[in-house]
Amino acid sequence: MSDKTILGKHEVDTISRLAAISVAESEVEQVAEKLTSILDLFAQMEKVNTDGVAPMSHPLDQVQRLRPDVVTETSIREKVLKLAPSSEDNLFLVPQVID
Amino acid sequence: MHTLSIKQMTEQLKARTLTSVALTQHYLDRIEKFDGELNTFITVTPELAIEMAKAADKRLDEGNATLLTGIPIAHKDIFCVDGVKTTCGSKMLSNFVSPYDANVVEKLKAEGMPILGKTNMDEFAMGSSSESSYYGPTKNPWDLKAVPGGSSGGAAAVIAAGLAPMATGTDTGGSIRQPASFCGITGIKPTYGAVSRYGMIAYASSFDQGGPMTRSAEDAAWMLDAMAGFDERDSTSSEAAFNACSANLNDSIKGLKVGVPSEYFGEGLNADVAKVVKNAIAELEKQGAEVVEVSLPNTELAVPAYYVLAPAEASSNLSRFDAVRYGYRCENPVDLEDLYTRSRTEGFGAEVQRRIMVGAYALSAGYYDAYYLKAQKLRRVVRDDFSKAFQNCDIIVGPVAPEPAFNIGEKSDDPISMYLADLYTIPVNLAGMPGMSVPAGFVDGRPVGLHLIGNYHSEAKLLNVAHQYQQTTDWHTQVPAAYK
Repeated sequence: MSDKTILGKHEVDTISRLAAISVAESEVEQVAEKLTSILDLFAQMEKVNTDGVAPMSHPLDQVQRLRPDVVTETSIREKVLKLAPSSEDNLFLVPQVID
Repeated sequence: MHTLSIKQMTEQLKARTLTSVALTQHYLDRIEKFDGELNTFITVTPELAIEMAKAADKRLDEGNATLLTGIPIAHKDIFCVDGVKTTCGSKMLSNFVSPYDANVVEKLKAEGMPILGKTNMDEFAMGSSSESSYYGPTKNPWDLKAVPGGSSGGAAAVIAAGLAPMATGTDTGGSIRQPASFCGITGIKPTYGAVSRYGMIAYASSFDQGGPMTRSAEDAAWMLDAMAGFDERDSTSSEAAFNACSANLNDSIKGLKVGVPSEYFGEGLNADVAKVVKNAIAELEKQGAEVVEVSLPNTELAVPAYYVLAPAEASSNLSRFDAVRYGYRCENPVDLEDLYTRSRTEGFGAEVQRRIMVGAYALSAGYYDAYYLKAQKLRRVVRDDFSKAFQNCDIIVGPVAPEPAFNIGEKSDDPISMYLADLYTIPVNLAGMPGMSVPAGFVDGRPVGLHLIGNYHSEAKLLNVAHQYQQTTDWHTQVPAAYK
């Protein structure tokens, strides 16, 4: 990883697919350039040896809490469905998926 | 009226020489007068505010008011308020009317605090200047050419200009402290988990933390006491009992050990900002504090580690914006993939898109170990630096940001220089420790904050030190000339 990572069109296409965000043909170069500069920043992390350090995912090293499996929420279905761009019969509508 | 402390307002409200309706109307009038040029609010809620003020007056009449009953508040537009538009500064949520209250909103509603409206912010809290808002940039009340900082820039500007006496903010990498510094107000980011994230729109969940933005430390202590506490609906809410902050404000700081990290005064720190911060440290010494040198050797690496971890979490959190259940949907999608991709491309701004893409890349097969895992290990290294430093001191002090507020447009096209503006705040978020910004002076007419950092659950200590500092200084009482 110590070699400078330079992103090209192929990588931008892959990232765009993973992120479900499209990048216009005319912007590929600019996006690649900005993402590359961010990866340059990331490369600084290599300066520190972290062998044997446990990854930290939670600042307080707290474990996941459990609770009894009982209903605690009241239904706000109507309010929620009103927010949907498109809905019918209590269902969210999307473009046809299966022919 | 808008320069009174919350304590003075409360005394007048309780004595019934002031009504909540009159107080709330005063702020609504100021918003009407000044918000046009400052662009601090995305949504103003005058009807809701007056209705809540009337209910607060009733409680005050009946004698069952709390400390904050009747004091109006502005909520950052990242907090869901039932029945009110909640946009998070994004086009994606431009039509989103929240179906429920955030825990913080619920708690402050229960105190009887009328809601003035929702403040402007960087889109999805991703930014340090409030310029990435879909609703246009907020201006700094001290200098309209300057940014107010971000992402809670609207909240900071609202307090600085006297458009609300109290405001909520959130801090993922510095988003309470940096705008507080840039606008000359007091802001505290509590220990991770102290304030519930329920109903606070997620950016990077292992960092996101809400907190108060006010004029003084005393105001902040009162507000934090009302906001904090365990909430079972937030899976990472701290189960440790929250230590009330307002009780210890008057303790003497004689003998307090103040750690000064040399890494916070290195290259890149503006010399005038350094002078302001050093003067502030000298003031603490005058009150009997003892200065000790400490070291945070991995400070520099906090920025790259954060910009791996936060975007990685963001790419996952923001995958919920699929244009199916709520939010912006593109016109005439041809199929499901087109619906997802075009809605997200049209609904998210440039910086949000960039962070989602960076995060998706950092998490993708082949890069996970080199980026994500490495950054998580560095996170522990940075945290351990703080823990070591706190063996020799009670609090750590330094600058909040390397320079005073920069100009609008100055960094908006250069993500890296924008990221580096958070050099001193980000390490605190990695560690999950509390930190605050206290007004400490000016450089060329733009405010500069003093950064106070504490060990886990030491909010009461930070606010005590800040309050004592504010007893012998008057930086926090200053108001920009145009908004007196």
